[in-house]
Amino acid sequence: MPFLTSFFLRFETRRAGAYMVHPMDLGRWIIWGTYALILLLVPLVFTSSLSQTLLSQMGIAIIVCLSYNMLLGQGGMLSFGHAVYSGMGAFLAMHTLNLVSDGWPLPVSLTPLVGGLCSALVAVVLGWVTTKKAATPFAMITLGVGELVWAMALMFPEFFGGEGGISGNRVAGSKPFGISYGPQIQLYYLIAAYTFVCTALMYAFTRTPLGRMLNAVRDNPERVAFVGYNPQVVRYISFIIAAFFAGISGGLAALNFEIVTSEVVSGYRSGAYLLFTFLGGATFFFGPILGGILMVLAFVLLSEFTKAWLLYLGLIFLFMVMYAPGGVAALLMMNLRLAAFGHLRRLWTCYLGLAGTALVALVGAAAMVEMVYHLQLNVAMGPELRFMGATLNAHGVSSWFGAVYTTVTGVGLFELCRREFVRQWGQANEDIEQEIKRRETA
Amino acid sequence: MEFFAISLLNGVSYGLLLFMLSSGLTLIFSMMGVLNFAHASFYMLGAYFSYTLTGWLGFWAALVLAPVGVGIFGALFERYVLRRVHQYGHVAELLITFGMSYIMLELVQLVWGRSSVDYRVPAALDGPLFTLYGTQFPMYRAFMMAVALSMLAALWLLLTRSRVGMVIQAALTHPHMVEALGHNVPRVFMLVFGGGCALAGLAGVIGGNAFVTEPGMAAAVGGIIFVVVVVGGMGSLGGAFLASLLIGVLQTFAVAVDVSIQSALHSVGMSVTTETFGYALLKLKVSQVAPILPYLLLVLMLIFRPKGLLGTRED
Repeated sequence: MPFLTSFFLRFETRRAGAYMVHPMDLGRWIIWGTYALILLLVPLVFTSSLSQTLLSQMGIAIIVCLSYNMLLGQGGMLSFGHAVYSGMGAFLAMHTLNLVSDGWPLPVSLTPLVGGLCSALVAVVLGWVTTKKAATPFAMITLGVGELVWAMALMFPEFFGGEGGISGNRVAGSKPFGISYGPQIQLYYLIAAYTFVCTALMYAFTRTPLGRMLNAVRDNPERVAFVGYNPQVVRYISFIIAAFFAGISGGLAALNFEIVTSEVVSGYRSGAYLLFTFLGGATFFFGPILGGILMVLAFVLLSEFTKAWLLYLGLIFLFMVMYAPGGVAALLMMNLRLAAFGHLRRLWTCYLGLAGTALVALVGAAAMVEMVYHLQLNVAMGPELRFMGATLNAHGVSSWFGAVYTTVTGVGLFELCRREFVRQWGQANEDIEQEIKRRETA
Repeated sequence: MEFFAISLLNGVSYGLLLFMLSSGLTLIFSMMGVLNFAHASFYMLGAYFSYTLTGWLGFWAALVLAPVGVGIFGALFERYVLRRVHQYGHVAELLITFGMSYIMLELVQLVWGRSSVDYRVPAALDGPLFTLYGTQFPMYRAFMMAVALSMLAALWLLLTRSRVGMVIQAALTHPHMVEALGHNVPRVFMLVFGGGCALAGLAGVIGGNAFVTEPGMAAAVGGIIFVVVVVGGMGSLGGAFLASLLIGVLQTFAVAVDVSIQSALHSVGMSVTTETFGYALLKLKVSQVAPILPYLLLVLMLIFRPKGLLGTRED
């Protein structure tokens, strides 16, 4: 893997040394080209209508998680009210769509952009109050503003449509080249185009002086103020830009579902953005992309699979914050670093052991959770339930004993594997440090 | 007059309940810098604990035991979960309490079901205390006020007059010095966190039967207590007290006022019809606007006095 090794060495030197610009950067072209290709080709691989719906939602989720990470990862601003901006974008795009249906000369493909611009305007007003403070007070204020907008959504049924929400029809206006956005696949490609452009723009933002100042404001606002910048203004402008992209995602969601209810501005939705952006990984630019994909999978598939999905989600989140605060992206990059130096090979037996024992423990624990849920919610249907192909009796001693036994065995073996893994992981990383030092002196 | 007196009493009793919640939050925040996002969940847990304990041992035992149980749960959470992420900074601490609020909500639904439980005011406290201008004032409301005020007094005595309180206050400003003097500061933090959670649990015990004990009760007060803490001034206990009363009274009055701008304009002789500009806003009654008043207050406060009522910190 010489290519990857050089990539990481450059990464290290760039961090240590001055900031450099590579106009003709081959690695970057490859990464962005692959990203575009994946967006283009994925619906040809997964052709069912369910997967088309899922993929469209993933595109929408990727944009909103990336825009959220502009605040959380790059600005250190923990917002509990980001759904206000994606939601307002959705409502305004939906009103625009209805105007297009009434004969406005605006292509349907531009309505998400209108949603984005409008929600940037909303951020110009609300963001000024919100970004007055940073850190913990900022989090509380976003929560308050989020509650304010959500409560208002039920007070103004003329704009928000009350309980039923407002709906529209995306097959409206002119149809250039016969593209009506009627079939889901046409809409997917619109969403994919938006996703690619927005991702590129948001990445470009991280490279602008403003993006750099935002990082500085996150790390040391006092020093930024001494240099002569106003941290509050830096936060304010970035907040507006993040709201713009969130609004675009909301507008795409309005086109996708053709209905917008007041739920889109709720605190529940804001919490989901926070949760999955963090799970994906807030410290890397591409983390929220993984987070967005996970969000759709969890909301659509996991909720079908088990009633206890919010409990599992909460537990996963808790363990991630405790043991892997960098999210999935950081786990991936750490292993990529090992792979780049050729040390991944000696860890794979450990990984196999960890995965196997964790699976055993999880199956046992999940069986117990499912039995308790069954007792609480479906007890009228009798004590029997199906769990992974087996029939469990929620009143039976043997089922409970089996579940507890499996869990305890799994946890015990996992602990053994984990100790061995920690030893080997430390060893491998030590070797890498030495290798880097050796190369520097050579 | 009758409306005014009864609303004021109701408002003050609701405000005192809010203060029991926000005092724990403020205490934890000012000591550890941790914004406990799950604080309202501990309130909910207190209500459910006391519902179960009332069934077993009666209300008076529950009044003592449920807050203790919630406090122990909170202390364990601090010791084994929160302390681990302390090294990653305040954002990680906030995130972990945020995740905890999800888990506690699911656990409560797992144990007690998804609908509300039948947690009632005890028979000894059920009924009117006195009649004012023909309207009855419930005895339980007075009991709530008494509990809240005695808790406030106990808390103040503990923090300012006892040895433990001195150590807590010292650890607040000079943790390293206190540690050097031989006190176990992490344990003090654990006790404060547990104590704050116990206060929330106590609020749950007396609030759960005054209102309704259901899984949605944490979300119903969650936003408001953050407003109280910001409006009162971050980390100021006195400010939290003032802000709780202010918001309690404000909301209780607003809910009962059935006036809109439309009717006000009408009474001075201006007619407002569906054609008038801004009709959607003008026709809203004050009672309809009541849920957003605390949040409007928050926004106004941030614009005109960012440090809060009694706060000292500008940031």
